[in-house]
Amino acid sequence: MQLEARSISKRYGEEQWLFRNANAALQTGEVVGLLGPSGCGKSTFCRILAGYDSSTEGEVMLDGERLPSKGYRPVQLIFQHPERAVNPRWKAGAIMNEGWQPDGSMLESLEINPEWLNRWPSELSGGELQRICIARALAPHTRFILADEMTTMLDAITQARIWKTVLELAASRQMGLMVVSHDRHLIDRICTRVIDFRSLG
Amino acid sequence: MPLLEVNQLSITFTQYDRGLRQKKVPVIQNLSLAVERGEIVAVVGASGSGKSLLAHAILGILPHNAAVSGRMAFDGQPLTPTVIRKLRGKRIAFVPQSVQSLDPLMRVGDQVRQAVRTGDPAAEQQRAFAQYGLAPQVARRYPFQLSGGMARRVLVSIATVSGAELLIADEPTPGMDPAVVQETLRAFKAFADKGTAIVFITHDLEAALTIADKVAVFHAGATLEVTQAADFEGKGERLRHPYTRALWLALPQNGFAIPDEEAGETQICSLKHEA
Repeated sequence: MQLEARSISKRYGEEQWLFRNANAALQTGEVVGLLGPSGCGKSTFCRILAGYDSSTEGEVMLDGERLPSKGYRPVQLIFQHPERAVNPRWKAGAIMNEGWQPDGSMLESLEINPEWLNRWPSELSGGELQRICIARALAPHTRFILADEMTTMLDAITQARIWKTVLELAASRQMGLMVVSHDRHLIDRICTRVIDFRSLG
Repeated sequence: MPLLEVNQLSITFTQYDRGLRQKKVPVIQNLSLAVERGEIVAVVGASGSGKSLLAHAILGILPHNAAVSGRMAFDGQPLTPTVIRKLRGKRIAFVPQSVQSLDPLMRVGDQVRQAVRTGDPAAEQQRAFAQYGLAPQVARRYPFQLSGGMARRVLVSIATVSGAELLIADEPTPGMDPAVVQETLRAFKAFADKGTAIVFITHDLEAALTIADKVAVFHAGATLEVTQAADFEGKGERLRHPYTRALWLALPQNGFAIPDEEAGETQICSLKHEA
């Protein structure tokens, strides 16, 4: 399966173009790193690829077709700030189970303490809430994961554990992964291919 | 004599369990830390290990349901609520973790100028902005008009223009470009060289090691060990605590290793799957 950005351009209102004619293709089974200075539009690009935002020009194709607008989204975005990616009036358990029900072994491998599921998002640390968001996105129908600074707020051990789980799952299910990060060491360690965002347009 | 001394600090939160039944949750136990003038002590550890609470305890800004025991002293003077109120913002400066700490209704330039105690406030603010790569016109913006990394740099400017003797920085770098991170760390180092004591709280061990003299490793509300920054090298043979060694070996450039709890040792494994 292929996720493809065809000549995507984006501008907010009448401001300057954030980026123009960005082309990229991601295959299932690939782990691709996306590098670029902050403020260059990497997060917006991911939002468009996942269908959270629309592009001003160009289109996103999944195996030659438009992204589905109903039902479970096969392209899942994991956000940099988990506290802004959840409903503050839902408990963590409801948030995690919105699209599917992760089983015990999934919780264990992401080191999610079942006690957290009964708490409100404000009662969890950023790292704890991020793990809930990762579990939420890893349903069996997910074909592509876009990880936007997914582990930036985590300590090194937790970061290594979470990537191990996500990469093993991605390999066994043949999912495609896009890793957005400022950490060159992390990208070099886990990615099979690296894209410089500024070279896309 | 250390400028800041924390001895056997314990913090307990009182929470309502069900109805009016209360329970006590210990969050920090018997934590000790000393920082000399001109020294940078990095405090590293997992999220939820109590790093921020230590900063809040020193500054006297813990929530009301927190009970604190132990001794804290600044320049030989016990840190009582009255004393800390006089010191903070003057001899002790703070870079808070949340970018929401900025005043949403005040231009950020004015927020920086307010913190200046000696010299011309406008000139000091402009110098700080130039140093951290903020354009002069950013001074006229309000916090909601800044990106996360820019807001973080404003917070660092506020803390550093005050000329405080002790700087406590709680996660000052996330969201910044690698180049700006380096510039911020260089600035911290320059302050320390002029005699400022710095407590640098971070989960980013790599950033901590570029400037710190000592590293205090926190885990579950206690200090596991305080080690020389130079001990983090090679396979971590000179680090005494297994957790510290695991933290070091888990960095992507050091093996990305995951500690094997049952065997009690750290396993190095390759995660890159073959394309």
